[in-house]
Amino acid sequence: MRDVAIIGVGQTAVGEHWDVSLRHLALQAVQAGMADAGVTRADALYVGNMLSGELAGQEHLGALIADFAGLRGIEAFKVEAACGSGAAALRMGYVTVAGGLADVVVVVGVEKMTDASSADATMALALAADGDYEAAQGVSFVAINALLMRRYMYEHGYSHQDFAAFAVNAHRNAQHNPHAMFHYPVTAEQFARAPMVCDPVNLLDSSPICDGAAVVVLAPAEVARTLSPAPVRIAASAVGTDTLAVHDRRDLLVLEGAIVSTHRAYKQAGIGPQDVDLFELHDAFSIMAALSLEAAGFATRGQGLRLALEGEIGIEGRVPVATMGGLKARGHPAGATGVYQAVEVVQQLRGLAGANQVPGARIGVAQNIGGSGATVVTHVLERMVDW
Amino acid sequence: MPVSDVELLKPDRPVGIVGYGAYVPRYRLPASEVDRIWMGGQGGTPVKEKSVPGPDEDVVTMSIEAARNALARAGHVDTRHIRAVWVGSESHPYAVKPTSTIVAEAIGVTPYTQAADWEFACKAATEALQAAIGFTGSGMARYVLAIGMDTAQARPGDALEYTASAGGAAYLVGPAEEALAVFEASLSYVTDTPDFWRRAYQRYPSHGGRFTGEPAYFKHITGAAHGLLEALGRKPSDYAYAVFHQPNVKFPQTVAKGLGFTPEQIKPGLLANEIGNTYAGSSLIGLAAVLDLARPGERIFLGSYGSGAGSDAISLYVTDAILERQQRALATRDYIARRVPIDYATYVRFTRKLRT
Repeated sequence: MRDVAIIGVGQTAVGEHWDVSLRHLALQAVQAGMADAGVTRADALYVGNMLSGELAGQEHLGALIADFAGLRGIEAFKVEAACGSGAAALRMGYVTVAGGLADVVVVVGVEKMTDASSADATMALALAADGDYEAAQGVSFVAINALLMRRYMYEHGYSHQDFAAFAVNAHRNAQHNPHAMFHYPVTAEQFARAPMVCDPVNLLDSSPICDGAAVVVLAPAEVARTLSPAPVRIAASAVGTDTLAVHDRRDLLVLEGAIVSTHRAYKQAGIGPQDVDLFELHDAFSIMAALSLEAAGFATRGQGLRLALEGEIGIEGRVPVATMGGLKARGHPAGATGVYQAVEVVQQLRGLAGANQVPGARIGVAQNIGGSGATVVTHVLERMVDW
Repeated sequence: MPVSDVELLKPDRPVGIVGYGAYVPRYRLPASEVDRIWMGGQGGTPVKEKSVPGPDEDVVTMSIEAARNALARAGHVDTRHIRAVWVGSESHPYAVKPTSTIVAEAIGVTPYTQAADWEFACKAATEALQAAIGFTGSGMARYVLAIGMDTAQARPGDALEYTASAGGAAYLVGPAEEALAVFEASLSYVTDTPDFWRRAYQRYPSHGGRFTGEPAYFKHITGAAHGLLEALGRKPSDYAYAVFHQPNVKFPQTVAKGLGFTPEQIKPGLLANEIGNTYAGSSLIGLAAVLDLARPGERIFLGSYGSGAGSDAISLYVTDAILERQQRALATRDYIARRVPIDYATYVRFTRKLRT
């Protein structure tokens, strides 16, 4: 296997792109990413996307986007793993370059959700749950997260208000990310007053439905330095899975898929949680942030939220999370999110994160979750040049 | 096409509003009632309350009320010279059979007249008003009656239910020398933007949520208003009043601010907090409220909005005739003050929400 590096990144702003179609949204990110990488051709294009069939009436995105990006003829297809689709596509690109099957691979995550009503988007997102035993019973994703959050509060003795720390951190960081959806801070008081969505999950516990596209361009690490002034090495790429339905899990409050995925990634990279300078976690709902911190080894069972309460998740904290706003405030364009996470870790490792720069960041982890924890894709990224 | 090349809509000969009249049903449903039923009293409310039609009221009866007020203000108009009766609404009682013929009959305009119902969501009636300017301004007709009236529908529990209300206004358009306010020019701005719609056989409209804001309401009103102001060489401060379509309180306030109008300029015509969104009647009843207190020489800016989508921007100036005419019929505020609050259950009964 060859070492693989990210030689370029690109992204559109996350938001309501009512005047841009799915293919053009992807195209904007692909052009930005390829320009950043300084390449005009690629051997393969992998598209991370979850909902184009349901919400945009379009599947077959690989050939479509390759054609629109001026890459007609290359290997191209869509990778789907619910909200983990973006990172799954990145893993596909990683495997291809590492295996020597391609040299330059473009990975684009794209999602267009806001052309549909929020009811239709909620229905579409529920496709990631167990169709027969969850979605068909009317359990939406926010409902699943509400169950987990309520159980977490009950078992570990937290109040709902304790979760405010995640939203406050995410919104604080998003203010300095020009690509983020929300550019305003929120306070713990605003969190306390936020409208209820599905008790106990309120509006500020929840990531927004939105549109966006992000790109990373991959190349063998051995040539990356000649192609890019600031390449970033993919030190590990790993996937773990778990049951789709939460009721089939041994412990509701343990993301076993995330434990497996993180463990494999740490092992491949030869690191442990103590070596990680920032952690772009999957804060689709604030309960997911707490559970992810625990599964990734930054806290023991029930102590993930404690990290947030003690201020350890900020830029200067022990485990900076959502450093560019996270899913909560940068936005969560479902199948594109995993690529946004990778782009943001690259920004950090290049020293280009501006006001949100994690000082001296050398190793960053991006973890993208599909469903309520059934697919967990973890990437460890490592700085290749000093700055 | 640059705005500077856009030609304004202007008639060959000057015409204006000869008479106007408002109508609002007496019943009011406080928004807190909708909130109580659907949100457990925990939600926000976009307006204080909305007007509700009585069980014996519809767009026909309400249009006749407003038309009679308009004719009363116009004074001694020979109804044989009213050569068109046009009613813009989203709530015509019949799918096929005009509202306008019933109205025309009731006010004694039949038989030698045009009569038609207009549809363009909430701007059906300003479209009719512009056509009336053309009809009279070309000399084809001495007078045309254009009415905007609605008993607006909203699905129970939908965000629209807080605001969808009943009311509107009628305008008799005729020669400038008889007018209480003269039309200077108008401009329409229209695109295919599906923000709000109701298909045939559906009882309630659908809407695109947040999509009804920036790319719909704000873009179109701003587009029409900017174009008209620029082509006329005017600025917002040249106007004493501005009236915009008012689906709630916040939208017209925001669009006015963006265009450079002050809160004082829009306050007299902003009725949504007290009567809700009268859909096709909305901007025109706001204009009626402004005409009730306008003074000779003042200018009025009108910006309607219709989903689907478009906006008509219209510039008027008030003549000396206004002072006498204001007194000839009930003022818009008189109707707003005539208020009987009802609860949600009564609203359900009056608007036939229950199907048995």
